[in-house]
Amino acid sequence: MATAPADPAPPLKDAVIDAALAGLVAAALALPMLGFHLEDGTTSLTLSPHLPRVGLAALVVAGGRLGLTLARRGLAARRAGRPGRLARLGGRLSGTRLWVGWAMLLFAAVLPLLPFADRNLIDKATMVLIYVMLGWGLNVVVGLAGLLDLGFVAFYAVGAYSYALLAHYFGLSFWACLPLAGLLAAAFGLTLGFPVLRLRGDYLAIVTLGFGEIVRVVLVNWGDLTGGPNGLGGIPRPTLFGLRFAAYAPPGHHTFAQFFGLRFSPEHRIVFLYFLILILASVTNLVTLRLRRLPIGRAWEALREDEIACRSLGLNPTTVKLSAFATGAMCAGFAGSFFATRQGFISPESFTFMESAVILAIVVLGGMGSQIGVVLAALLLVGLPEWFRELQQYRMLAFGAALVLIMLWRPSGLLSGRAPTIRLGERT
Amino acid sequence: MRFGGLLAVNDLSFAAAGRQITAIIGPNGAGKTTLFNCITGFYRPQVGRIALHHPTGVKLLERLPDHRIAREAGVARTFQNIRLFPRMTVLENLIVAQHAALMRASVFSLAGLLGLARYRQAERRAVDKARHWLDRLNLIAQADDEAGALPYGSQRRLEIARAMCTDPVLLCLDEPAAGLNPRESAELNTLLTAIRDETGVGVLLIEHDMTVVMGISDHIVVLDYGRRIAEGPPAAIRRDPAVIRAYLGETAAEDLPPAVSGDVSEADGC
Repeated sequence: MATAPADPAPPLKDAVIDAALAGLVAAALALPMLGFHLEDGTTSLTLSPHLPRVGLAALVVAGGRLGLTLARRGLAARRAGRPGRLARLGGRLSGTRLWVGWAMLLFAAVLPLLPFADRNLIDKATMVLIYVMLGWGLNVVVGLAGLLDLGFVAFYAVGAYSYALLAHYFGLSFWACLPLAGLLAAAFGLTLGFPVLRLRGDYLAIVTLGFGEIVRVVLVNWGDLTGGPNGLGGIPRPTLFGLRFAAYAPPGHHTFAQFFGLRFSPEHRIVFLYFLILILASVTNLVTLRLRRLPIGRAWEALREDEIACRSLGLNPTTVKLSAFATGAMCAGFAGSFFATRQGFISPESFTFMESAVILAIVVLGGMGSQIGVVLAALLLVGLPEWFRELQQYRMLAFGAALVLIMLWRPSGLLSGRAPTIRLGERT
Repeated sequence: MRFGGLLAVNDLSFAAAGRQITAIIGPNGAGKTTLFNCITGFYRPQVGRIALHHPTGVKLLERLPDHRIAREAGVARTFQNIRLFPRMTVLENLIVAQHAALMRASVFSLAGLLGLARYRQAERRAVDKARHWLDRLNLIAQADDEAGALPYGSQRRLEIARAMCTDPVLLCLDEPAAGLNPRESAELNTLLTAIRDETGVGVLLIEHDMTVVMGISDHIVVLDYGRRIAEGPPAAIRRDPAVIRAYLGETAAEDLPPAVSGDVSEADGC
């Protein structure tokens, strides 16, 4: 219902009618949800109507709709003739994107040293970084190759469980398991890739959604191996070249604090985990950025643009798709094994469809294919809800409102627009 | 080639030589594009053989999947409705076309990830080849623009440049002059003859624009209802009664209004 720029001032009547319609829809929806209240009497439950609430909800929606239409019209009128402020901001941002990226990395590197960084903040930052890494991995599949994957969390789970199981049954260390977890997740990516090669768009999305659920259901039901719904506990913590982050070390081993002559503090481990995920995420970023400029990355993008043209140029769509799935899955596998070692406990609860949806939302909100966009969206979608935990159930309301606002403000994501992977350089 | 009950291309045989422009013409629905899809592997003909005499040996195209026809047999094509990679730049479009060679140089992307000299050289060569074709097709100023933002005529030329970047031995062009203005069609004529003479590539051309077909073809094959109704040099095709019948209908000349039959006999004469 965007106001057409060619017609800057349609009659006010239209806006009012539009708002009234929105109010009616809101009232219809609110009637069953807000209109009745169950009251727990002494003998029975009674249903008491609360019609004023329905009216209030309808008014709020109608008012919001009217305000939005009027605000848009005002903006459109002011914008006529000159480029929009937002568009210019976007242009400036993409011009300085490299600089912004380095500044963010520097900030992330010194974050634990800053005075306001307490244990809580670093813990949350670690959580955000896990999602940033997952977002960068999914970006390869969705943003570059254009394959809509709704079951990405399956690979995250494979990574987490492969570390937990290898450590549990074979006593392997985190550093030995990290590459194995990545490889196993990539193998699962290939396994998923084969049956879905012929599918595109919606059909692909549904099959990947199913795959994500299959992995979770197997984890829940294969109790003998995975501990079923109880999960796996006692997952070993990572060490720094054999130095443990614990108060005491078994004979023959050293703790981190002993080796450096520090007083033991549980914060050491938190900070270590933070730096570990920062390094893992930075490597992911570096590799995916680099892959994008290689023939394989260009093939991913070409496949997203036109598969038939790809085939006419001698690109094998099978290998191109499978490599995208495997690369994305490998990133998720690394992130998963980090998640397992950070938590020390994993259960299928952590790998529900909601996680896939959040990761996908991060990629889409960030602007498909934009690396910094993913960071901003992860801060917004994972960081903010963590900070606003005090709001309790209103947290999800704020989450939904934030999604709607971003899509109104920047329909193609926070930072959209792609940079060419190669330039002839005669005009730059 | 049969689709259900419809026989789209039937009992057709012809030869297209290297260093020649062979045009395929015929009324709408005659099976021209179907023929192209068979040659480039998008369709697989139920019977028959398509043999390509490649420098490395004879390739039987009906047995290869589409992407291998492009890579191993050296058959490149353009599409009737342009199929560029619209959100990638012009240069990127041409680099993607050289995927096979670059992929070999990047050794499973490892050499590329590490930025080894061997891969960097391969990339430089790819850019040089792209630059050559951009220069040739007068697109060099738009090299870093999005392909989808180019004007229609430039998109047509870019598609030809992209096909040429695969180093084909056979270039299949599906209506390259569609939607071009007369000046652009004339430029296309000079371009296609130049490509034929410089690179020695065989060109297979579907076209409705008779100024293009008659102007540059060395050989013309006429299709109607999936069959070949005539074949020969342009001058012979122009006089061929079967061709005129196919284009103007079965009606005998005496049934036509005098003005039209006059036109037909004039066309017969020239």
